[in-house]
Amino acid sequence: MPKPAALDPHPIDTRSLDSPRTAEVPFERRESAARAGPRAAEIERVAARVEDGLRISPEEGLLLHDHADLATLGRLADLVRVRKHPEGRVTYIVDRNLNPTNVCITDCGFCAFYRRPKHAESYVLPREVIHQKLDELRELGGRQVLMQGGHHPYLKSDWWCDLLADLRERYPEINLHALSAPELDHLSRIEKRPVELVIADLMAAGLGSVPGAGAEILVERVRRIIAPKKTSTDRWLEVHRRVHEAGLRSSATMMFAHVEISAERVEHLERLRALQDETGGFTAFACWTMQPDGVPEQELYPERATPGTYLRVQALSRIYLDNFDNVQTSYVTQGLKMAQITLRFGCNDFGGTMMEENVVSAAGCMNLSPIEALEHQIVRAGFAPRRRNSWYGIEDERHDGPRGPASREQAAALATGALRGGVRA
Amino acid sequence: MSTDTTAFAGANVLEAASSSAPISPTLLRRAARAGLADIAAKISAGTRLSTDDGLRLYEADLHVVGALANHVRERLHGDLAFFNVNQHVNYTNICNKLCRFCAFQRLPNQPGAYVMSPEEAAAKITEQLGIPVTEVHMVAGIHPKLEYQYYLDLLRAVKRARPSIHVKAFTMVELDQIAKKAKKPLEQVLPELIEAGLGSVPGGGAEVFADRVHKESYHLKISGDEWLAIARKVHQAGLRSNCTMLHGHIETKAERIEHLDRLRRLQDETHGFQTYIPLSFHPAHTEMSDVAGPTAVDELREIAVGRLMLDNIPHIKAYWILMDVAVAQTALSFGADDVDGTVVEEKIYHEAGATTPQEVKREELVRWIRDAGRVPVERDTLYNVIWRGDAE
Repeated sequence: MPKPAALDPHPIDTRSLDSPRTAEVPFERRESAARAGPRAAEIERVAARVEDGLRISPEEGLLLHDHADLATLGRLADLVRVRKHPEGRVTYIVDRNLNPTNVCITDCGFCAFYRRPKHAESYVLPREVIHQKLDELRELGGRQVLMQGGHHPYLKSDWWCDLLADLRERYPEINLHALSAPELDHLSRIEKRPVELVIADLMAAGLGSVPGAGAEILVERVRRIIAPKKTSTDRWLEVHRRVHEAGLRSSATMMFAHVEISAERVEHLERLRALQDETGGFTAFACWTMQPDGVPEQELYPERATPGTYLRVQALSRIYLDNFDNVQTSYVTQGLKMAQITLRFGCNDFGGTMMEENVVSAAGCMNLSPIEALEHQIVRAGFAPRRRNSWYGIEDERHDGPRGPASREQAAALATGALRGGVRA
Repeated sequence: MSTDTTAFAGANVLEAASSSAPISPTLLRRAARAGLADIAAKISAGTRLSTDDGLRLYEADLHVVGALANHVRERLHGDLAFFNVNQHVNYTNICNKLCRFCAFQRLPNQPGAYVMSPEEAAAKITEQLGIPVTEVHMVAGIHPKLEYQYYLDLLRAVKRARPSIHVKAFTMVELDQIAKKAKKPLEQVLPELIEAGLGSVPGGGAEVFADRVHKESYHLKISGDEWLAIARKVHQAGLRSNCTMLHGHIETKAERIEHLDRLRRLQDETHGFQTYIPLSFHPAHTEMSDVAGPTAVDELREIAVGRLMLDNIPHIKAYWILMDVAVAQTALSFGADDVDGTVVEEKIYHEAGATTPQEVKREELVRWIRDAGRVPVERDTLYNVIWRGDAE
């Protein structure tokens, strides 16, 4: 039964009772803070620097992060993308995700994927299962397998080398994009030998490139809170430096919108940019927002970031990382609609088709899409979709013109220019 | 009650705002590089864009078109972005119009067909009494058997359940049906509906006005001419309404611009439209499921084109429930100044495969707007300010 009027606890709209159809909105002079506020001139000056192709400082990055409007960030990021990729292509790679084990002793409170050793749900994939998954990938014309997993206390380099060599032999067309910096660091620690030697053995067995995961936020204050047992900032960067020196390319990432402040996001980008100046070994940058559902320390992460926050940081990263060739969108965490928007907010790459995803999907996020849907988004945004390999060389029959690197050696030769001319020649 | 339609608030806002704030030299240069120098000059001077100008907006660079629309949006509303706390009641899904783009309609004997009694509709309102809802958005199918009295009872029941609520109900299509059932002219019916509690009229059912589109996709429903004629009567009765365009199915860009131009011309006459809402076609479970539907960049452009063409309509809404939060947030920098509301229980788009939640909490809406770099303002249906996020 309808309740009587007196029970309405929120009688807000009283004016509409009196004059329901002709309310007046008082007009006032309205302006945007980004264009008319106290920082407008400074934002304009930094924007002009970006337009002129000049590098921006951390302070300028922070100014853009905190005070520039979304339209300005988008315009500048788009400008940098066009400068780096005037050809109007957006790339992606046919690949698959494969997590050989979820056993981990690093206990990151933001991770819903890992299980402690001996946990009922812990696993190490048998070799036959891995073969089966790669057979499926080969069927689809896949060019890369992204293999990452937990920090298993007993799986050492020899286990990995054996796996890599086996896969190298069986699937020569599939690049082994495997073992993020914290995993390499873990192997180095449990084997008590320098990470350079670990990398050399893995390379000899067939490792083709290194993923950029585990960077989270490269600031110690943040890592002490969210991942106290994980590889430190300096060590994460050091491992990538060693990877690049060994002749492998790697990518870089950022997981944000948890406990960090905006200056720490900028500091993260600054650390990556500085290492890239030194080695030139990063192929690409990708960022995504933390996915908090069901993670062990969920109380630390009260709310999921909104897409607007992601878009702002995504655009800023393209502007800031002036020495990175490629910036990837994150359709898996953000969905296809946001991914398409990012193609005009700095991104030139759609990442991998993945086939399966177990890490962020364990934290309440799952947006895998068929290749056709992905290409549709790219085309409708006004770009030509092209398949690539792990080193961002084009491998697509629709493509004519230079294709870029086709192997880890060719990719390394392109990157080590900076090294040869620099300190570590 | 005023029947003087020139007294509508939006006219003042638009008049005062268009007199100043020229486009910055940077944006003028960018527009010139994108081939839009003349259009930018018109916008800067507050001159109306032609339909040919409108067509060019579909071809030019998205960021430049977006920036021009953003300029107009900020000239009108600064950083403010409006939302309301509302709820939806779709009182029936029974419909005899068989529109090819609809997944909501059911025939009377089909499984899942329903009609709410006025009491059931009122119960939906009563359920939300704990939440400071200011508006109910009430639209539904064209059920051939519902009598005139039903609609009056429906309005009265809702107002009884929550007297302070503003009832925004009955699209032009439903009003046409209601007048037929009443067997009297709409001019006589509208005061009775107002008396029973009708506060304003939503903008749905406009689809795309072009006769070709009407014939091919919704021929059993009122035509574009009829929709506009009813809207005129609604405004003349002292009611404000919204207006919409369902884009991304079989219509051409020229037909979209023609649609916007016709809305603009009626608005010159009545000033009764407060908000334009581009509706993205969702193809799942419709007869047009082979059509891809608009993507995010198409939706952003539609918002921008709407803002630039409709120089006499105060508000442009990025309806989050059908665009996605991501697009709605971005749209607030591409010409939109409103994201709609909390929308308790959306049904029409969810039948067509929308994957957004069917409702959202007020504080979430506020956070979306802040994260998009705008200042959230809670409004009532008529854009009276209830709360401003920068005045805490």
